[in-house]
Amino acid sequence: MLESYFPILVMGVFAAAVAGGMCLLARLVGPRHATAQKAEPYECGMWPVGDARRRFAVKFHVVAMLFILFDVELAFFYPWAVLFRDLRLFGLIEMGIFTAILVAAYAYVWRAGGFEWD
Amino acid sequence: MNPVLLAIIKAAVVVFFNLNLVALMVYLERKLVGRIQHRVGPNRAGPFGLLQPMADIVKLILKEDVTPRGADRWIYGLAPILAATLAFIGYAPIPFGPPGWQVADINVGLLYMLMISSLTVYGVMLGGWASNSKYSLLGALRSSAQMISYELGLAGAVVAVVMVSGTLDLRSIVDDFQAQGGLGWLPGWNIASPLLWPSFIVFSICAYAELNRVPFDLPEAEGELGAGFHTEYSSGRFAMFFMAEYAGLATMSALAVTLYFGGWSGLGWFDLDRLPAWLGWYSTIAPTVIFFTKQMVFMVGAIWVRATLPRMRYDQLMNLGWKVLIPVATANLVALALFEAASQRWF
Repeated sequence: MLESYFPILVMGVFAAAVAGGMCLLARLVGPRHATAQKAEPYECGMWPVGDARRRFAVKFHVVAMLFILFDVELAFFYPWAVLFRDLRLFGLIEMGIFTAILVAAYAYVWRAGGFEWD
Repeated sequence: MNPVLLAIIKAAVVVFFNLNLVALMVYLERKLVGRIQHRVGPNRAGPFGLLQPMADIVKLILKEDVTPRGADRWIYGLAPILAATLAFIGYAPIPFGPPGWQVADINVGLLYMLMISSLTVYGVMLGGWASNSKYSLLGALRSSAQMISYELGLAGAVVAVVMVSGTLDLRSIVDDFQAQGGLGWLPGWNIASPLLWPSFIVFSICAYAELNRVPFDLPEAEGELGAGFHTEYSSGRFAMFFMAEYAGLATMSALAVTLYFGGWSGLGWFDLDRLPAWLGWYSTIAPTVIFFTKQMVFMVGAIWVRATLPRMRYDQLMNLGWKVLIPVATANLVALALFEAASQRWF
């Protein structure tokens, strides 16, 4: 069972070796003339104001929360979809109820303005 | 042959092949976009500019690798490697030929593909955050929000294929086409079923958004954000992000071919057994040639789209993802289930 995943591990090692190797090669071959100005983060050529470790818009947090919510709900569709033909009417009704709840939640979030992006 | 050795050889060949495919795609993209815009495109390095990707990679490696002040060194260095690695291992469960022509024959290949496409957010997010640049941070935030939003549409659209095929195994999904046979000359690919058309359309739109391709390339909106999450990256590390993008495109195209366009199965017009004996070797590689031809059609299609469409605004993008694609994908599932139930007389 688990041995069918072994080639993925091998592939990951190869890919990481290629990627890491190229980064390393670039570090070894490329020039290195570090200056204070060069190391400044890009900010339109001005001196940067403060650093980038700061608070960001809460909208992104809302998107992340909604994503987790709906992604978990979507994950429940997969086992049902695989057994769709075997479960027949039972599965259909069960999933119909589940989908109805999902649609209700979706409608609520829409009404509450969770999808608005201004 | 020893299975361990076989796995190593297959993985090496596929990674090597994809590396070359990335180089080819970089060239093809510049050339095609050039021609579409009435330019010539690269034509200096080698015949027809074919050596341009080689020149590019050598140039990138010879550039100075700058780490910005205040960057988180470890994460900053790790993010591009993570991005490239994930982009390449996504190809593992794709069946690009008859049994055996696949790196990892796992029985949940489709879930694996979705998992990898979710994980690619990490390369973008970590890279953007660790750079300690405001452009990078904003680019990474936008990019992660976009990718996770379209992830939902993608996952929802793919459920329709699972319902039709009744399996998560990519090889079985392709074998399913073979069994169906199709309407006479038309191959029995999943795309032949009209109930899967909405699923395919949602899938393609979400795939473009997942890959940050035009018209959804907001993470790299040059006019607003510099270069988005990889503003601060240079040299080899930038090359890795660049490579990851094209390898991701290859993987997504291969997934689209596998799910909707019959994978390695041909059109059924020509029986390969009728080939003369001296062409017998061709019937061995024919399915793989067919697969990559289909994959190339999708990849060139992505280039065509890039040369044609303008970039969307961010609120339009979020509206499309949350208010259009997710309902369409869900409605498609409901329609498919009801149609199946009615035609099988379950009630």
